[in-house]
Parts: sequence; C-alpha cells; structure tokens
Amino acid sequence: MATTEVHPASEPARWAYLDRIRTRPGPFTNPDSFDGKVVAEAMENMKILVIGAGGLGCELLKNLALSGFKDIHVIDMDTIDISNLNRQFLFRQTDVGSFKAEVAARFVERRVKGVKITPHNCKIQDFDEDFYMQFQLVVCGLDSIEARRWINAMLVNMVDEEVEDSYKPLIDGGTEGFKGQARVILPTVTSCIECQLDMHAPRAAVPLCTLASIPRQPEHCIEWAHVIAWDQEKPFPDLDKDDPEHITWLYQKSLHRAREFNIPGVTYSLTQGVVKNIIPAIAATNSVIAAACCNEALKIASNCAPFLGYPDNNYMMYSGNDSIYTYTFRHERKDDCPVCGTLARPLPDIDQAWTLRDLVDSFAARPEAQLKKPSVRAEGKTLYMQSPPSLEAQTRPNLDKTLVELGLVDGQEIGVTDPAFATVVFKYRLKFKS
Amino acid sequence: MLKIWSMKKEQQKDENSAEGNGAAAPKKKKVTAAQLRAQKDLSELSLGTTMSTEFPDPDNILSFVLYVEPDEGMYKGGRFSFTFNITPSFPHEPPKVQCREKIYHPNIDLEGKVCLNILREDWKPVLDLNAVIVGLQFLFLEPNASDPLNKEAAEDLRNNREGFKRNVKIAMGGGSVRGESYKRVLI
Ligand SMILES: [Zn+2]
Repeated sequence: MATTEVHPASEPARWAYLDRIRTRPGPFTNPDSFDGKVVAEAMENMKILVIGAGGLGCELLKNLALSGFKDIHVIDMDTIDISNLNRQFLFRQTDVGSFKAEVAARFVERRVKGVKITPHNCKIQDFDEDFYMQFQLVVCGLDSIEARRWINAMLVNMVDEEVEDSYKPLIDGGTEGFKGQARVILPTVTSCIECQLDMHAPRAAVPLCTLASIPRQPEHCIEWAHVIAWDQEKPFPDLDKDDPEHITWLYQKSLHRAREFNIPGVTYSLTQGVVKNIIPAIAATNSVIAAACCNEALKIASNCAPFLGYPDNNYMMYSGNDSIYTYTFRHERKDDCPVCGTLARPLPDIDQAWTLRDLVDSFAARPEAQLKKPSVRAEGKTLYMQSPPSLEAQTRPNLDKTLVELGLVDGQEIGVTDPAFATVVFKYRLKFKS
Repeated sequence: MLKIWSMKKEQQKDENSAEGNGAAAPKKKKVTAAQLRAQKDLSELSLGTTMSTEFPDPDNILSFVLYVEPDEGMYKGGRFSFTFNITPSFPHEPPKVQCREKIYHPNIDLEGKVCLNILREDWKPVLDLNAVIVGLQFLFLEPNASDPLNKEAAEDLRNNREGFKRNVKIAMGGGSVRGESYKRVLI
C-alpha cells in the first residue's frame, strides 16, 4: 500500500522523545556506569523475539518497532482469516490466506524505517534451544496456554548458571474479553508460567450429562454434536476444526438437536466459535496489554526505569469487566514447580558401568533426597517405577542392566519421584566419571 | 540491558546456596512437565485389590489401561477397563478416560464416555490420578440416575431399581438389554 510509506524528516527527529528517556541519566540509572550512547546502541543491536502475530502480536510489533528495537523476529504459524481484520490492524482484505507473521513483518518494516523484522511462519516447537539462544528478550502474545507452557519450559531449561547469556527474560501478555494480564518472568529467578498455572481459569466445561440429556443453550447443542454425535457417527476419520465441511456437519447436527429441544441461536459462526474455543477478543484490551508489555521490554532493555518482575511485583492484572480495576502483585515462585522448582542438579561421579540398581540405591544416601522408594525416568524412557505393580514388574528387569545398556548418556536428565516426598520431583543431570 | 545473571548470583548469595558447581554439562533431552507430573501421580497411585494397570508401552507412561473389578455393588463380578490418555497439557487439562467395554450404566454411554465431574467441568490441576480412579470406583458403587449419559439406563434405575440390577447382570453376562447386545465381562 503506497499510503503506508512514510519518510520522517529525519531519523533523529523520530527518536527524539525516546532518546530523552533512554539516553539521559535518570534517578534509576547507575551513575557510575551510565552512558546514554551505549544504551541506544545496545537496543538497536538487541535481538528480540515476538511470539504470536495475532491481536496482541500486531500491537506488540508496532509498539516495539516504535520504541527503538531494530532487530525483531516473529513466530506465528497461522494464516490470516477474514474474521481477524476487525482488530489485527496490520492485515488487509487482500492478505486473507497469507501468513500472519509474514504480512505483519512487511507492514511494520514499511511503516517504520530502519527496523528489520524476520518472520517465521511455523510453530514455536519447530525450533530448538540454539534458535532461542540468539535472543535477548522474548515477548509473548499468545492465546494458548499450551504454547505458553512450552516456551516457558524451554527458557527455564535453557538457563545455565555458568552462562550469563542463557537467562532470557520472558514478557507475557494475555487477554480475554475485557480482562488481561501482563507479566515478566526471569527464568529460575522469579515465578514462572508453570508456577502461575492456577492464574488461568480452566476452560469452562459443561457436564457431559447436561449435553447428553438436558441441553439448555445453543452452545450445549454444539458441544453435544462435537463431543458425542461426532464419536457416534464418525462422519470423517479425524475432526479438522479448520475444515468447513467438518464444521458444516457439526452445525447441521447442532441445529437439528436445537430444534428438538426448541433452543434458538445455533449458527455456523457460533458452531465454529464453540468448537475452536474462540475467546472473544476486544481490540482495545489487546492495546492496553500490549502497551504494558512493550514498555516493560523497553525498560528491561534500557534500564531507564524499574520494571515489572524483580524484586517484588511480577504480575499485572487488568480487568475492565466492572469499571476498571488493575492490580499488580508478586506471584511467588513455587518450590515444587515441575519446571523451575527443581532445576536439574548435577549428579556427579556416576560410573557408567553401574547397574540401574546401583543408581537407584544411591539416592537413599544423597543428603538432599534420602529416597527410600525412588522411581526413575528419563524423557521417553521409563527406567524403574516402584508403582503401580504392573509397571514395576515391566521395569524390574532394567535394574540389572548397566546405565550404558539402558542408553543413558553423560549429561542426560532424569526425573526421580518418591511417595515420601509427595509434592517434590527431583531432577538430576547424570555426570559420568571419566 | 537487565542483568538477570547478576541478580541470580545475588539471590544465591542471599540464600547461601552453593549449587551448580562444575562446568556446564551438554544439554540433553529434558523430562517434560506433564511426564514428571504423571510419574509423580503414578508413584503415589493406590489401587487396592480391585484395580490394576497395564502399560502397552512402559516407556510411555502417558497412556495406559486401568482395570476395575468391583467387589461390591451391582457391578460386582464384572471386569471393566478404561483407557487413560494424558495430554501434554496435563495437569492443566484432565486425563482423557474412556471405558473400553460396552456397559449398561446411567453415567457411561455406549461409546464408553464417562460422566464424571472431575474429568470435565470440575477438573483442577491440584487433582491427581488417584482422584480420578476413586471417582471411577464410586461410579460402580453408586450409579447416579440424576446425571444420565445413558438416559434409558437412568430411567430404568430410577423407576425400577431391582429391574435395573437384573439388566446390569444380563448385560455383564453378555446378553441383550433393550435391543442392545453386550459382551460378557464376568470373571
Ligand atoms: Zn515455575
């Protein structure tokens, strides 16, 4: 679009106000080491990753680009749907069907001169540690808890206490209708997304029996078609929520059931919304939350003011449901958090000629553990489980095998549980004697 | 740029902890949160005498079969099995549980779907696999006619408890109830 081409009078003019904040010493800068030039330069060279190019992602990309970040990557696997256009303002009707990350990147690059945005049209799970290691900051604008948990676990697991650059601050924004939150996670230092899982209301589910016997709302009829009728009739081998033919089948079924119970209101788009669990998105809530996230990124990157996350508050909730209410508080890190509560500790002096029994017995003698009935697993490999009995019997032969025979390697992570420590899971990294 | 590392060092100094000695080990496959949690739940599982498990692949603890052999109530003498599938979202999401045998029960439909509140609307991450199996056991002791998934069985239970009991026996013995034929599950 030619009209989006903007040539500011001069680059310094564009950043004049921003530079006033970041290049001048303020009450929170370190007077001994502060050098304004260095701050602006560091921000320009900093690589920042945005996850999600949807409602929040569009806002984040625009804000970050206008805040002086010059090297931004964005990941989103989705393509643009016509229903996105009401709030995902970087997209136009002609973009429908194109990748969100791609279109958003090009738009912001055209609009803000000098910023480089690298799009990745894929899943976050397609990348490994080496990819995430290149960034200094990660900002999330996601609508799925699963994706958040994944990136959180990735960033926490990347922490290597010996390597300063392995600590990547994670700024996470989320919205639902008029509600939202912004939070900053300093992996292994402050409470992580897994610690805060209880802050996410689980998806409101309707009892199965209500769906089966006494539907009262159009949503109940749609859920019935989705959960019960689909399995009974299997019109297609696997439900593809993006296939219009499948949604049409569910819509027809729901409509039929709604008529049976005299329930009005079943429509194609409601069917799509219920089946895909589409959360109503309000454009301005995305703006509020993305703005908060972006300013935290700016403050973390430039140190120009205290930021959310350390040492006290790390979670800002915003609620516009009933007038406006915001509350910023400290969510405590959980010692028994399965992701950050138990960083794998090194388990040194392991002889690879040991049998698994030797290893299992050794946990009884470890002062921090003193485990009498340890069960031990590696990712994808059950080494020995004390319970339930069938699994104990299946894994018992492993006890007489050596660690090498079991395929364990130096540096491998194992999880150890014991009923005596009901809430704790121990994680260890095996370190073989050389 | 913020230096988390120095913060961490400070935090550690505060806590007086001396962990993480030695050089960095090469990073290997991490155990995922869902698997760790499933491992923890399984090592605390109390099955009693009426239940047992079967793992088709012991290396995949996220997928297993639970056998229930009620020793009291209307389903006494039967043997039923449930597939448990734990998703990567566990424990944020409940395990997916389905009965493998066709059963005449007001709260389990003929496809094996189970109407148990904690498997759906009342699931919370603090609940564990033990809570689920206790719930399943309870369904065999106290079939509930007011929350039916199999409406006919529920009506039967409500209107004629003795007749319902007889029909449960017939179904478990491999007979037909209301035009629906069942496989024998008696042990
Ligand atoms: Zn945590």
